[in-house]
Parts: sequence; structure tokens; C-alpha cells
Amino acid sequence: MSTNTTTTGTRASIAMRYVLSRADFELDVDLEIPMRGITGVFGESGAGKTSLLRCIAGLEQPSSGRLVVDGNVWQDTASRRSLPVHQRAIGYVFQEPRLFSHLTVHRNLDYGRRRAPERAVNVDFEQIVALLGLESMLQRMPDALSGGEAQRVSIARALLCEPRFVLMDEPLAALDKARKAEILQFLDRLHAELSVPIIYVSHNIGEISALCDQLLVMQRGRVIADGDLQSVLMRTDLPALAGEEAGSVVVAKVASYDAEYGLTCVRFSGGELFVSGRHEPGSELRVRIRANDVSLCRVRPTGTTILNILPAVVEAVHPDAEATVLVRLSLGSDFLTARITRRSSVELNLQAGDEVFAQIKSVAVRKIGVEPGK
Amino acid sequence: MFETTSMGPLLLSIRLATTTTLVLLIIATPLAWWLAHTTSRWKPGIQATVALPIVLPPTVIGFYLLIVLGPYGTIGRWWVEVTGDALTFSFTGLVIASCIYSLPFAVQPLQVAFQSLDRRDVEAARTLGASPLDAFFSVAAPLSAHGFLNAIVLSFAHTLGEFGVVLMVGGNIPGETRVISIAIYDHVESLDYAAAHQMSALLLAFAFVVLLSMFVINRRLSRR
Repeated sequence: MSTNTTTTGTRASIAMRYVLSRADFELDVDLEIPMRGITGVFGESGAGKTSLLRCIAGLEQPSSGRLVVDGNVWQDTASRRSLPVHQRAIGYVFQEPRLFSHLTVHRNLDYGRRRAPERAVNVDFEQIVALLGLESMLQRMPDALSGGEAQRVSIARALLCEPRFVLMDEPLAALDKARKAEILQFLDRLHAELSVPIIYVSHNIGEISALCDQLLVMQRGRVIADGDLQSVLMRTDLPALAGEEAGSVVVAKVASYDAEYGLTCVRFSGGELFVSGRHEPGSELRVRIRANDVSLCRVRPTGTTILNILPAVVEAVHPDAEATVLVRLSLGSDFLTARITRRSSVELNLQAGDEVFAQIKSVAVRKIGVEPGK
Repeated sequence: MFETTSMGPLLLSIRLATTTTLVLLIIATPLAWWLAHTTSRWKPGIQATVALPIVLPPTVIGFYLLIVLGPYGTIGRWWVEVTGDALTFSFTGLVIASCIYSLPFAVQPLQVAFQSLDRRDVEAARTLGASPLDAFFSVAAPLSAHGFLNAIVLSFAHTLGEFGVVLMVGGNIPGETRVISIAIYDHVESLDYAAAHQMSALLLAFAFVVLLSMFVINRRLSRR
């Protein structure tokens, strides 16, 4: 992913340049998104995330812009070219399911499928239905579905129109916590089993960290950071990322499983971590560590209940809220963020280059899906 | 063949109302869609024009139509040149007059239905590969079914009950323009109360059945 392209676009990428002026808002972006995996678009509400998606889908006409998908020009305002919405091979999952209330679930799913022209990727109806667990609701009307079920149908509907890529605009925002977790699981399976790239918009960094491979951060209509997830998450200088959910992600390999305590030992460049549950040795896990769950010690702590204690080097200390600071740590070739009180930082006199021990109170793990395209 | 019985005028009325309703659906649907979504400054003017027949006495509409459609009127003269027949005092002339007279009864229910439509549904249809026309027929129209039903029943019923306009434009030609309301008036004029009773009762029963079925269907639609 790189900004400031000339929007020529290469094969297997979505290159775009958009300027969209509204009375109280301006979108001005120039970027190229790789045609693989899940690309997160993160930002506060009003940052222009939805406008960006709507431009890509053709639902919004930019003042000027160019969109090149896989080397094909979809839009070029300079030459007054713009594919109409229905001719763009995209799937769009909105914040609300937007199912057609006069059609059964089955016919909702057929809607896009029947209109999809023959495309290279062939999506299997049975596979998608099974993937999203819709077998039992095919004959029901949308009114009879719960919010989570309806959103699953709408995701399946978007996938079944055989899109080149899928746009998801905060698909979990309208759901409660339990439903959110449920859909996240389905999205995870989708990511692992299908090769369709997804552009995923959210203002929830937890969701983004759990799902995405690449991340771009937007603020006031502009892209202020982009790159692979781990490196962007490490940018403690970005206020947008420093919220409650700030944290980092490392990729680790499962080393062994301790059946007696039900713990799996995983290894990454910074050392070993214990995570709960059983994971297949040799498989790769994505480990997310929230800044709030990391504390620091000058000496290796003993007699503590915390299992995961790793040596680290302080890279930088960034101001956070009034009482807290964010500390960027390097461990091997990986990075962690710790949120500690400003008072502790002064008392420990933390400076760049200092060697410390990071105590990690809890970690969230996610299995890494099959690399799309393989 | 029914001219002497009470069925003839009733059947003619039904034929007129059916034809008018079909023509109106074709005209009123795009007009109502435009009115529901436009921000044009012409909108109030067009809306007022469409609503005029609700306010004006049928005789006024009939009078102007007589002038325009008559053999010396702009449209009437052109029609005579093209077809060789006069528009006034013909079934075709009656259909044109009825369409104008019943236009608001088709446009308004449709406009209300289109306005209450969630445009996000149409957007979703577009992203699923539907062209604008396809999205209209597959999503917008079915979701506006009650609007179409109301438009159909109201324009049909309104045309069925037409009297003043027919009298001015169509006259009283059996089998061509002698619709049931005119026939009843005729019978009363000639003091043939028995025939007037018969026709009136027939129309009353028919109108009741039509309205009843509309409300039954409407209830089913809203239950869905």
C-alpha cells in the first residue's frame, strides 16, 4: 500500500485518487490498496471513510477523481468516464442490512447472483450459505430475522454477486456485543476460506486489529497513515489510534501445547508468550496486545501472577491523556505499546534506549487465515 | 347489443375505466417518481397542475377539453387530419378526457408511496448489479405495491363515477359514449324510474365490491 501514486494502478490493486468537496467537508485521497486480504480503513466519524467507500462504489460522484481496478479504469473524471454503480464488480455491505423486505432470504441472496455477469471468480452458493450459517433461514422473510442474522444474509448477498472486492461500511456498528463477536467469527472464516479482498471501514480499532492485514488511517478527509497492520498500529504518534483500544499486534508461531494447564506457548521475535487454549503447533497466530494490558518494570518482576514477562527496549515515550503516556517498546523485530501513568514514567525516569521488562496481563489471539490466492 | 339493457352502459363504463387506468399507470408512474425525487423549481407548478381536477368542477374541465379536442381545437384539428374522425363525442376522446380528469388520483398515491420508499434499498439494489430501471421494477415497485393498488382503484373508481366531463365532451351516443352515469341521468329525465333504479343499484353494488376488495388486499399487503 502506498500513497501519492499517479493512479496508474497495477494488476491486483485498487488505485484511486479522489477529491470531493462538500459544504463542511473535503475528501482528498490518493492511494493504492493491494488486491488481497482485508484492508482496514480507520478513523473517527466524519473522517471521510464512508464517502470514500461511496466514491469507490459509484454512489457518490467526486469533484475529480480516478479509480483503476486491476489496471482497468473504472472512473476518470478528466476524460468524463465513470462506470455506473451496477457495472462495478463490487459487493457492498452497509451498516444496516438493507435486505429487500418483499423477498425471502433465498431470493435476497439470488438478487445479486442473478445479475452478476460471468466473472473469473466463481462463488459457490452452498459454500457461502454454509460459511455464514444461513441454511435454516433461506425460506424466511427478512422481518423474521434478528439483527445479526440479517447482517449475515447481507454479507452473503454481497459475496454472491461475484465481486472483484467487497466494501464493508461498519457492518457491526448497529449490533450488540454478542452479535458483534458472532459476526466477527464469520468474517474470520470468510477471510480464511475465500480469496475475495475486503475493504473494511470501522471506527473500532479492536475490530480492525482482529480482522485486518493492512490498515489506513483517515482524518478530516485525508489518509494520515497506511501500511501493514502491525507497523501502522505501532504509530503512537497518531492521536486517532491512541484511544481506549490502542494496542499492537504480533505474528507468532505455535511452539508447544501444555495440556496440564491448557496453555499454548507461542514464539515471536521478542520471545515466548503463553496464550490460553489449544492451538495447532506450527500454525501461525495473530496476537493482539492492548496498551492498557502492558505494564513496565525496571527489574524482572518475581512472585507475580503474570505469566508473560518479556525484556524490551524503550523506543519512545509519547504524551497520551492528561495522566497517562504511551510507551513504544521494541522486542526483537516486533513492537509493543504500553499505556502507563505519567507519574510512573517520571518516577522510573523512562528514556529512549532504556531496558525494561514488559508485563503483559492478557492477550487476544486469532488464527491467521490461509493467505488469499493460495 | 346491450344498448337496450342496463348492462350496456355499465360495460362501457367499465371499459372506459379500465382503459383510462392502464393509460394512467403508464403516464402517472414516471410523473410521480419525478415529483417524489426532484428538486426542480418547476415542481410546485407541475404539482398544482396535476391537482387541478380535484378542485375544478367537471364542467369546467369538460368545457376546456371540448374546445381543445373539438374539430377546431389544436389537438382536435390535428386528430381529424391524421385519422379523419373527430375526437369529441368518441370513445377515444372520452379516454383522453378521463385521463386528465383522473390524473391526480393516480399520481398522488404513487407519489406518496415513492416518497416513503427507503432510497437505501434502491442503492443496495444498484450495488448488487441492477440498472436504475431494473432496480425500479424489482425493488422500488414491489415495495410500493400498496401505492399502485390505491392508484389503480382510485383512478378506476373516479373514472367510473364521471359525469360532467363525459356530458361535455362525449355526449350520449349508445355504445360509444353513453356510460352508466349518463344513462341513469337519461332515465330520470324521461321519468323511467324503474330503469334508473336498476342501473343505480348495479353501479352501487359494483362500486362496493371494488372498494371492499381494495381494502381486503391492502390489509394483506400491510400485514406482510
